[in-house]
Amino acid sequence: MKQTIRTLLGNHGNLPIAIEDVADGADLYDTGLSSFASVQVMLALEEEFDIEFPEHLLNRKSFSSIEAIEAALSEILKEQAA
Amino acid sequence: MTAASKITAMGLSDRAKRAAKVAAEFADQVDIEGRFPAEGMEALKAERLMGIMIRPELGGEDANLTEVADVCAILGQSCAATAMTYAMHQIQIASLSDYAVGSAWHEAFLTRICDEQLLIASATSEAGIGGNLRNSLCAIEIEGDTARLTKDATVISYGANADAIMVTSRRHPDAAHSDQVATVFLKDQYTLDQTSVWDTLGMRGTCSDGYIFKAEAPKEQILPRPFAEIAAQSMLAVSHLLWGALWYGIAADAVARGQSFVKAAARKSPGQVPPGALRLAEASSLLQQVKANVVAGLKQFQTCKGDSDALNAMSFAVAMNNVKVGTSQTILTIINHCMLICGIAGYNNGTPYSLGRHLRDAHSAQLMISNDRILGNTSTMLLVNKQDTSLLG
Repeated sequence: MKQTIRTLLGNHGNLPIAIEDVADGADLYDTGLSSFASVQVMLALEEEFDIEFPEHLLNRKSFSSIEAIEAALSEILKEQAA
Repeated sequence: MTAASKITAMGLSDRAKRAAKVAAEFADQVDIEGRFPAEGMEALKAERLMGIMIRPELGGEDANLTEVADVCAILGQSCAATAMTYAMHQIQIASLSDYAVGSAWHEAFLTRICDEQLLIASATSEAGIGGNLRNSLCAIEIEGDTARLTKDATVISYGANADAIMVTSRRHPDAAHSDQVATVFLKDQYTLDQTSVWDTLGMRGTCSDGYIFKAEAPKEQILPRPFAEIAAQSMLAVSHLLWGALWYGIAADAVARGQSFVKAAARKSPGQVPPGALRLAEASSLLQQVKANVVAGLKQFQTCKGDSDALNAMSFAVAMNNVKVGTSQTILTIINHCMLICGIAGYNNGTPYSLGRHLRDAHSAQLMISNDRILGNTSTMLLVNKQDTSLLG
């Protein structure tokens, strides 16, 4: 899952540095992720995993790092499976 | 009882009304000369209103944002430049008092703001970046315990009259444009080299000139929290709400003038409905919408305050953006209605029904943080954000 997140961030995140140089725990906003780009990444994730982000995960925290995105996605997928 | 404690024992709105009376007296002069609203600001200091949002243990009165918004609305009815200067100052106070908790330097500074009734400006706009709050080109450089910063600030409202300026910059020279910090610099720690003159259609008294800002200060004056967090959780919402409140004030005074005009006409011709009466009813309805918009926004802010998840939620950002766009557009329609009601007496300067200053001041509302930029931002969020369709939620 982490690799897919990285690929989508690389394609849609419009980050000023290469995605390979972003650590899993690094703050994506400090790295240069704009709120517009974060929405684009969110849409790409929704499309890729065929999910919809629920209201309580639509905040800055869910997109603050690759690890945070993974945690949010896992939560959504778990809820969907239940 | 000291003189200061006698004043603070009185209600905030009474103190604001007294200051507003002074501001109103000089409003036309401030506007014509495009000068700092010194008398209004001195009156606000005399009423000890500069630090009211600060915690009592630091000398403040723990006023909430709704109470400060009420002060802004009262001032907006008298002199929009005084109201805007006061609102911008309070935006800095909100950031400082909530996002520098535990920082000894900042807490001592907040105490000074209350004691000495200091005025704080901000420098966020920058050449090459424009008004995008969340981007900086300049970077703060730290050497030992000293922080140095040079910023080509295209706008620093009342910069020449402030006692301190809160300045955004990149965290260090290698940081991304959005990796920002805010630093408080005191008047004797910076120089301002003026690069442009604020000679505008309205809001002329805010004196938002451009400067090359150069400063050196101890590094402890950098706010401990990242600016991204301050902007997202406090600054944007507080700006939209306090501006909305003072814009309401401008429109409310225009409607009051329109109403006086209609009343005077009704007295002259008993038994006849004056031609402007219907327009006045329409303006009154629109004014109520603006008021409801601001009050609902303030209520939402008070509910979310202190809850970083709620303040970071997209739905909260959409709601605050909507307050800003809605109020800034509607006040223009309202004042224009009032102009139609008052006719030439409204168009003319120096009559009791004059509305030129109101209309010109109100035109700044859709530009300060451009509505187009905000609508663009909201439209992006609406791609994923689910609309809250409940009436009360």
